[in-house]
Amino acid sequence: MPVFNIIQAVNDALRIEMRRDSRVVVLGEDVGKFGGVFRATSGLFEEFGGERVIDTPLAEAGIIGTAIGMALYGLKPVPEIQFADFIYPAFDQIVNELAKFRYRSGGQYTAPVVIRTPYGGGIRGGHYHSQSPEAYFAHTPGLKVVIPSNPYDAKGLLLAAIRGEDPVIFMEPKRVYRAAKGEVPEGDYTVPIGEAKVVREGRQVTVLCYGAMVHTVIEAAEKVAADGFDPEIIDLRTLLPLDTEAVLTSVRKTGRAVIAHEAPKTCGYGAELAALIAERALMQLEAPIVRVTGFDTPFPYSLENEYLPSPERVAKAIRDTVRF
Amino acid sequence: MLMTGRQPSSSEDELFSLIEDDGSVAPDGRPPVLSEVDALRLFRALLQVRLVDERMMKLQRQGRLGFYMQSMGEEATHLAVHALRPSDWVFPSYREPGAAFYRGYSLKDFTNQLFGNAEDPIKGRQMPVHHSARSANYVSISSPVGTQIPQAVGMAWAAKISQKDDVALVYFGEGTTSTGQFHVGMNFAGVFKAPCIFLCRNNGYAISTGYQHQTASRSIAVKALAYGMPGVRVDGNDLLAMISATEEAVARARAGDGPTLIEAVTYRRAGHSSSDDPNVYRDPNEPKEWERRDPIERWKRYLVARGIYEEAIESQYRQEIGEEIVAALAHAEKIGPPAVETLFDDVFSEVPVELEGQRQELLALPRYVSPHGGS
Ligand SMILES: Cc1ncc(C[n+]2csc(CCOP(=O)(O)OP(=O)(O)O)c2C)c(N)n1
Repeated sequence: MPVFNIIQAVNDALRIEMRRDSRVVVLGEDVGKFGGVFRATSGLFEEFGGERVIDTPLAEAGIIGTAIGMALYGLKPVPEIQFADFIYPAFDQIVNELAKFRYRSGGQYTAPVVIRTPYGGGIRGGHYHSQSPEAYFAHTPGLKVVIPSNPYDAKGLLLAAIRGEDPVIFMEPKRVYRAAKGEVPEGDYTVPIGEAKVVREGRQVTVLCYGAMVHTVIEAAEKVAADGFDPEIIDLRTLLPLDTEAVLTSVRKTGRAVIAHEAPKTCGYGAELAALIAERALMQLEAPIVRVTGFDTPFPYSLENEYLPSPERVAKAIRDTVRF
Repeated sequence: MLMTGRQPSSSEDELFSLIEDDGSVAPDGRPPVLSEVDALRLFRALLQVRLVDERMMKLQRQGRLGFYMQSMGEEATHLAVHALRPSDWVFPSYREPGAAFYRGYSLKDFTNQLFGNAEDPIKGRQMPVHHSARSANYVSISSPVGTQIPQAVGMAWAAKISQKDDVALVYFGEGTTSTGQFHVGMNFAGVFKAPCIFLCRNNGYAISTGYQHQTASRSIAVKALAYGMPGVRVDGNDLLAMISATEEAVARARAGDGPTLIEAVTYRRAGHSSSDDPNVYRDPNEPKEWERRDPIERWKRYLVARGIYEEAIESQYRQEIGEEIVAALAHAEKIGPPAVETLFDDVFSEVPVELEGQRQELLALPRYVSPHGGS
């Protein structure tokens, strides 16, 4: 089995689906001849041509607005937003239009656009090349939100997303774009949207995470395991729809929950997870739920390492929760 | 349908330039009045951008600087700000450091910003090249392109509302004219006759994307027509023409006659940024064409033709600037990152209670080494 990084896995998924389904088109800034600033669409322009791998003008609202039109016509657009930080000019098209087309037309119209976008910090990118805006989209009924943490899931989830009937915000953890490597089967397979994955089984505490944070949490788990702690790690993979059963089953078993994400704490996705656990597993809890998150400041440049949840911060949360 | 509005005049199509190949000024041109002192000051300013860029790019390649963006070949567009008063306002993008320097931003502050160190005027908050120079009326740079355009219009409009004759000049690349922000800004400025100068550096590329993928318009300048303002196409490598066109636009703005769009036709000779490799998407010979049209060489020929160029002056400038860069770097590299506790400042005028709690939480943790080498 070939070993791929996440970029190669995404690229492979796009190529497979473009070969299989002539309705699939890729569009975005610099995605054509250049192959994207992270090279995720590399080689697609050469194979499928400029009609299906489209360099657009610099306008995210235009990219998403036209992708919606294409989808209404019956194409399967997979637009790329160069950095998640630049998705906001398209916010109106995503939140008011893409998310609501099916509902507001009573099911007559759907726009199953899959928006790929690299997100997250750890690349010394400051405010505007580091943000994690997943909560805005998870808060918007009508959008699915998918965040893989590794190459295998990236490929399988992207294929599932493109084949689905609903719009998807597909957020790629750019910090581990190249660092996260793994075996990826050749050819076709999908990973179902809406299923979390237990990355490490444990008895003492459930650690919920997704995307690049999964790697931080694994590192933290290795640290605390050396001291005899036994955390269970769940990679959510899909924030919406959430695999609530996986979350609740684990928390009911361990009686403790730590939630880790890069986005700021207040109204971050962790708040939703904490509320879910409080609503449906409160009686099984043996310690307060702890969130390890980015701070409630804009994403900084020089103090990035202090801002991002570190393995040390996660490890401390695990220890504190277990010892509570 | 009959076109009843103003027909495209020559100014939107023709390229306005003043400095001829031999350095003389076009006989039918209307050159701006420029003292010898200013002409030399501008020469030094052009050199400074070039020398700073070369040094910082080298530093980036050596791994001593996280990121950098060069302006090679576009320096003359920066110095359009010669046409402004210090009390006017500049809304820059990330590729006009010369405009900041010319308005008094020091090399020391510039370098500290690149390093995001404890003396960085913006406290290490942003990536390199995202300067902010309050004392120079040089407004904080944002990465999301185009956001500065309506803001500049608002600033200019505010001056008008306040019955002051301040103007605002906003810089952006031709790629940015594709954003909604550009069209919104132009429209508001037209409607409210805001004293705003839109200065588009048409350098041919937005990262890998060429002009023809950006717009089907025959020029950027012609876009002014639809918003009811004049548009001019200027040779962006001709500093005299840039200053002349900007002075005209500023005079119109101050007189209450509203905005102008200036398209500065130039070329991005280097990569988009230190992360870019332009050879993937363009013929490596293409930039060579533009080396012959170098704005600094052109200005030098103008100085020669005016009889005020001396080699000794140029080497003196080069030496002074070189020494300033070395000193600024030596200093900036010594300074550590900002104190950890500053992470929580400036989110609001005062730190809210919850955020103060987060600050204490961070300060209570064992510290780890920052990538700057400090702690
Ligand atoms: C809204 C937004 N989308 C995407 C980007 C990523 N990006 C950074 S610079 C750039 C190209 C800008 O080109 P142009 O406006 O022509 O200016 P130039 O870089 O040529 O000076 C792009 C696409 C961004 N900064 N902001």
